[in-house]
Amino acid sequence: MDWIVQTLWLIPLLPLVAAAVSALLKQHQRRLSAFLAIGSMVLALALSCAAFINVIEHWGHSSAVRQAVNFFWFQAGDPQVNGTALRLGWVLDPLAAVMLVMVSMVGLLIFIYSLGYMAHDENFTRFFCFLSLFASAMLGLVIANSLLLLFICWEIVGLTSYLLIGFWYHKPSATAAAKKAFITTRIGDLAVLLGMVWLYSETGTLLFYDGGKGCLEHSALATLAVQTTSLGMAVSTGIGLLIFCGAIGKSGQVPLHVWLPDAMEGPTPVSALIHAATMVAAGVFLVARVYPLMAAQPAGDASVPGALQVVTWVGAITAIFAASIAVAQTDIKRILAYSTISQLGFMMLGLGAGGVAVGMFHLITHAFFKALLFLGAGSVIHGCRDEQDIRRMGGLRKLMPVTFATYGVGMLALSGFPLLFSGFWSKEEILHAARGWIAPGPFYLGVFAALLTAFYMTRQVCYVFLGSVRSRRREGAYVAGAPGLGKLEPPYGRVAQPSHGWGAHSAARREQPEMLEKPAFAQPLTARSGVRALPSNLQETWATGPHVGSYEVHESPRVMTIPLVVLAAFSVLLGFGGTPAWPWFQGLLSGEQATGQLGKLFEIEVLRLMLLSSGVVFLGLGLGWWLYGRKPVSRVDEPDVLERLQPEVFALLKRKYFVDEIYEASVIRFNAWWAQVCAWLDDWVWNGLVQLISLLVVGLAWLDRYFDEYVVNSGFDEGCRRLTKGGALMSRLQCGQVQRYLRLLGLALTVLVLLLIWGCRAS
Amino acid sequence: MTPLTCYLLVSALLFSIGLAGALTRRNAILVLIGIELMLNAANLNFIAFWRYGPNPQALTGIAFVIFSIGAAAAEAAVGLALIISIYRHYRTTNLNRIDSMRG
Repeated sequence: MDWIVQTLWLIPLLPLVAAAVSALLKQHQRRLSAFLAIGSMVLALALSCAAFINVIEHWGHSSAVRQAVNFFWFQAGDPQVNGTALRLGWVLDPLAAVMLVMVSMVGLLIFIYSLGYMAHDENFTRFFCFLSLFASAMLGLVIANSLLLLFICWEIVGLTSYLLIGFWYHKPSATAAAKKAFITTRIGDLAVLLGMVWLYSETGTLLFYDGGKGCLEHSALATLAVQTTSLGMAVSTGIGLLIFCGAIGKSGQVPLHVWLPDAMEGPTPVSALIHAATMVAAGVFLVARVYPLMAAQPAGDASVPGALQVVTWVGAITAIFAASIAVAQTDIKRILAYSTISQLGFMMLGLGAGGVAVGMFHLITHAFFKALLFLGAGSVIHGCRDEQDIRRMGGLRKLMPVTFATYGVGMLALSGFPLLFSGFWSKEEILHAARGWIAPGPFYLGVFAALLTAFYMTRQVCYVFLGSVRSRRREGAYVAGAPGLGKLEPPYGRVAQPSHGWGAHSAARREQPEMLEKPAFAQPLTARSGVRALPSNLQETWATGPHVGSYEVHESPRVMTIPLVVLAAFSVLLGFGGTPAWPWFQGLLSGEQATGQLGKLFEIEVLRLMLLSSGVVFLGLGLGWWLYGRKPVSRVDEPDVLERLQPEVFALLKRKYFVDEIYEASVIRFNAWWAQVCAWLDDWVWNGLVQLISLLVVGLAWLDRYFDEYVVNSGFDEGCRRLTKGGALMSRLQCGQVQRYLRLLGLALTVLVLLLIWGCRAS
Repeated sequence: MTPLTCYLLVSALLFSIGLAGALTRRNAILVLIGIELMLNAANLNFIAFWRYGPNPQALTGIAFVIFSIGAAAAEAAVGLALIISIYRHYRTTNLNRIDSMRG
């Protein structure tokens, strides 16, 4: 076995060590913590690349394409008799290698970017500690060869997501969003746990690959596929669906997508790394990892397995659902968040309809261009002094040229601009797979979602980069709509979004603006009148970038733009690794040697689809340009073009189909009601029981005391008293008068003599 | 020859007189004299029973009584010495007032 396989565990361990050391650093040791995090990521990237090269070397030799190292974690009982041994392990296969390189490279770039973005945050070391922990867990998840190990890392990833969304924990909306993310994904995780237990009870192992005995290998799959549950569903389908529930939660598929847009409350690098590029892709990765299980069919059965049908439909519905919401959003990060959900839907669609290679290819390309878009958005937000509302931006094309150029590349890649950009090729693959699928529905949904993708990205770019500058030049000039609420600068600013977190929470916030400010700032807000009074040290804390005190829009520092350029380059180049003419990437994942056939591009089927999707993309771009670019928005409060055309539809989309409200009215209300019932039960029933028992005990104790005091104690006391009295009585005999003793003796003698005489008489 | 009963009666009388003296007198010396009388009554009994016993030739009774008289003499000496030291301590020989051993 190769050295790289043996040392694969180092890849997640290095960032973990960095996180552990960072956790112990003091707040001001910024350089050291950043050095640790970035250094560990560089090493992890180097090892990942070595692993990737190793996989490429073994490409084509089917025997060594997958190398796993397993070890005993712990054993219970005697292994010879009936003991269970829990084994963990790591695996190096094309899937893991591709993900390793992607995660460590995107991670590294975002770490570097964070140096600039978080430069003025006082909790810099904590941020890098969490980021490193996240990277460690994510890399561990990727190489895990056991569903258990994968699940452990999966949960750590969820934890770091929670920690990082709530990084600015003094902002109520951030803590609410963190809780929402944690709880929503937990619903899916519960299903994964159930699936895992089921899988273990059926196969007796959680290892994926174990020399023929693993749960994803032929013998286990063959038995799982032929067994059926009570509902007539194959066991493999049942387990696959349970595991897919976890992917729904983590990858923000409908109906558990609600947490992902709110997760944008975290710092922008976090949004880029965790909630766009890597963590949310973990769900897709999980489906890709257990794909053999989902695809398992009894021999001779050629129909599409139920689990994959569900995956395909959920993906297609999510893609169109989220894309339509993104059309009507005004927050730059929220648009990207909904776009992420939509693209994750595309990946699921690709996985379900076309297999691992199709879905994973889009995952990899998407990771790069979505990280690029988010970092670009971060740069924009940074440059506009923490403004996130696209209506207040505009005209940044000239002010932030590097950001504009790279953002444009990302936008075209996401829209799937033909031929040049990676997004086109990966989306093309997915649509191609959907075209040949058993039902036509997902294909049409996908095409329409692609149209909407191009449309909303054009809208966003027009709003942000074109037109006139609508940003606030002077902060004093801006008067907030609701006093005290409107513009408390970063990152407290955007509190007025209709449903951050759960609706009730934000409603409460809206009613009590004063309550919000005080805990958030912990400083007296001196002036409540028109002039904004931002405490000066706060400005220093939150003002990012070198231009403290100047309100001009500015380009971001070099440390932030260089990662953008690198990511932009990858966004373009990656696509050529997976074109129909040269399916290198697909070949790598399936283990077959790829051959370049330029002629394949011009096959009638491929060509027709390419033309169709190009047409769709151009239609979307053109529509966006026609509506938003032709006559740029000039005023901040100008209503959206769509809002003028279709106010009802726009309102529906703007409020995200009222999903949050529906959850609020159903699940949350039920939950609150149930909590109240539980509280009532607690107060009255259980509390009453406990009180009753305690009363009983108190009564018993009282009885016991009574017995002690009046029976035991008084018995002793009386006995002692009598004994004393008896002693006193007896002591009278000891009168000290010798003659009295003698008298007694005489008396006794007389009695004795008389008795003797009487006795003699009797006999 | 005087029958045994007479000796025994004399002895009993002597014992009773001694006992009465020992019980009623308050002076310790007189109590001691009463005790001596009782002892002598016992000695008289020894002699009488020996003399009228089955084997008067062996001098067992005489020997016993001589020892008894010896013991009585020693006892009298010790008793008198005690009485003297009691007198020195309490300045009295009245037995009613010597009751420091009372319980």
